[in-house]
Amino acid sequence: MKILAKTGNEAMAYAMKQINPDVVAAYPITPATEVVQIFSNYVADGEVDTEFVAVESEHSALSACCGASAAGARVMTSTASQGLALMHEILYIAAGNHLPIVIALVNRSLSAPINIHCDHSDTMGSREAGWMQLYCANSQEAYDSIPIALKIAEACGVPAIVSTDAFIISHCMDRLEVLEDDEVQKFIGEYNPKYFALDLENPKTYGPLDLQDYFFEHKRSQIDAFSKVLSTYNKVAKEYEKLSGRYYPAVEEYKTDGADVAIFTAGSTADTAKEVVDELREQGRKVGLVRMRMWRPLPVEEIKAALGKFKAVAVMDRSDTMADFGGPVFLETRGILYDLDKKPIITDYVYGLGGRNVEIADIVRVYDEISEIAKTGKVKKLVTYLGVRGEE
Amino acid sequence: MATLKELAKRTEGLVGGHRACAGCGASAAIRQILLAAADKPTVCGICTGCMEVVTTIFPFTAWNVNLVHNAFENSAATTSGMEAAYKALKRKGKIKGDINFIAFGGDGGTYDIGLQSLSGAIERGHKMLYVCYDNEAYMNTGYQRSSATPYGAHTTTSPSGKKIPGKQQKRKDLTEIIISHDPAYAAQATPGYYMDLIKKVEKALAADGPSFINVLSPCVPGWGYPSEQTMNISKMAVETLFWPLYEWQDGVYTINVKPREPKPVEEFLKLQARFRHVFKPGNEHLVEAFQAHISRQWERLLRKEEASK
Ligand SMILES: Cc1ncc(C[n+]2csc(CCOP(=O)(O)OP(=O)(O)O)c2C)c(N)n1
Ligand code: SF4
Ligand SMILES: [Mg+2]
Repeated sequence: MKILAKTGNEAMAYAMKQINPDVVAAYPITPATEVVQIFSNYVADGEVDTEFVAVESEHSALSACCGASAAGARVMTSTASQGLALMHEILYIAAGNHLPIVIALVNRSLSAPINIHCDHSDTMGSREAGWMQLYCANSQEAYDSIPIALKIAEACGVPAIVSTDAFIISHCMDRLEVLEDDEVQKFIGEYNPKYFALDLENPKTYGPLDLQDYFFEHKRSQIDAFSKVLSTYNKVAKEYEKLSGRYYPAVEEYKTDGADVAIFTAGSTADTAKEVVDELREQGRKVGLVRMRMWRPLPVEEIKAALGKFKAVAVMDRSDTMADFGGPVFLETRGILYDLDKKPIITDYVYGLGGRNVEIADIVRVYDEISEIAKTGKVKKLVTYLGVRGEE
Repeated sequence: MATLKELAKRTEGLVGGHRACAGCGASAAIRQILLAAADKPTVCGICTGCMEVVTTIFPFTAWNVNLVHNAFENSAATTSGMEAAYKALKRKGKIKGDINFIAFGGDGGTYDIGLQSLSGAIERGHKMLYVCYDNEAYMNTGYQRSSATPYGAHTTTSPSGKKIPGKQQKRKDLTEIIISHDPAYAAQATPGYYMDLIKKVEKALAADGPSFINVLSPCVPGWGYPSEQTMNISKMAVETLFWPLYEWQDGVYTINVKPREPKPVEEFLKLQARFRHVFKPGNEHLVEAFQAHISRQWERLLRKEEASK
């Protein structure tokens, strides 16, 4: 096994190199620019056979990816924030046409105000587009998730986004265990789609007009394909564990045994929260952590099983829904837990927007408050904006 | 160049049974273009718009070649992706032989919302032909103005009202914009001169790089004329110098049709309901302004041809 020192962006670019996609069409944007740059170097140095299309916008990046994928190529791209927003129209088209494109994404806040730092509003704003979403907690996970996502995408005909936190992961050097190129190749296998637009023997029309008489069935079949993603994920993640020794469940539990309360969060904050849990556990406090890694499709049963056992849960959301009712993870989690006979009390902490640092003390405060709620059964504030000036 | 006889023997790329209006100029143009391309396998992209809508209503398709429709503004980017995939898959030995790549877009999908996508694809040098079927408005959505709509024309968003007589702006010269990208080949054509169009498609597909053909395509309900008049109007556009047929390659302009005695532009305008109001008393200045613009454009083109010799 090889051990390297790489940032999140370098790790994702390295995984792309080992995948050696047929086509990469991409456009630079901070903080994902490096992924595109590093990959261009691989192309320039002949380390990959990829046809690199340096497009003039993210809209064209994803459009070219769709064309290439429809043509039968294995296709990847990279973006963040405004770039994903500019792709928004085409995200739905890629998914609706079952094109298994993978985006190596860095989560950055959306304008306005303009800001280049981390929050999850970009991908959370694209939840309904029909892409699998994996949120990574560190570079190693980002590296590992790229081939995992590709394999699932191609197996299910569902495109996928693998994301890391802007700067916190994308630009921080970390220890990285990598596979050999041929191990990655063997793991992902060859891509031979059943239908492809360069199949000259069987000309077809891709992306036709679909009216009241068929559209609904086709949408239903897309949802059907999506419903196979989670079970495929569970299989592929196990397969990857055999290969690498690293296993990533869709929903990760950390020290939840005997815990009364838990934080439920995603991305790098989960790694920070683990440190806090360790400390509080040493003090004898009954706290745990649940990390959401997959947020599309929703791992519903896993979330019920993981969160159902607590007296109280604090969701930490790194974006807001502008519903005046908290963040998306909070809202959807409440929906998932609704069916349980015995449900935990659940509150939301919207935190870290625009890269606002989340400190150990912030997380300790969340554990303190949620422990108090578990004890008293009383919720003083359903949604808290953590660490914002002017909030008490 | 393929003769008519040879063309007649080729497999049609776009077959009948689709739902275009009788006399649709754009569908006739696409049919001719695909015939011209049919000596090699052809893979197409298309923008959202009339042609995509009338030819691909699921579960039917009028296309005998592979076609990818993505969105309204991105058939250039989408087709460039297919061309990139082709190069990659050919290198890996997964695909053999040559393929023509042709992207289609209406004037809305090309002059307006898709201009950036087209500009980018041409600048990147993909070996593909982009065809704008220019029917001078957004026909699919009910005849709204585009930047290809000519001065004075009535559309549903540049109506001839009590105060404002139709579109107040001149049309954009897209062909010239594309030429300034230094493509491998660029031309203007129209289906009324079908052998000219065939020849241009052959040249464009043979050129080693990105090529572009702007095809003026009369639209029966949008322009307002009887359906049997399509080819006449197409020819009249050339005879009045409204739509010069010319090509550009390696820096050289060639005007393909130079009417010995050009007809006044009225002859083109008066055939179409969209210009009806310009013939109302008191609107004479509109026709004069129209004619002045057309003459100026023609003079300029002649000078460009002369200078590039
Ligand atoms: C992003 C986007 N904006 C608007 C539309 C609506 N729309 C569909 S086709 C069209 C006009 C097409 O005009 P043109 O490209 O000239 O083609 P035509 O219909 O005239 O053949 C419009 C406005 C759309 N589909 N997508
Ligand atoms: S509206 Fe015009 S462009 Fe559309 S099908 Fe009819 S004639 Fe053709
Ligand atoms: Mg049009």
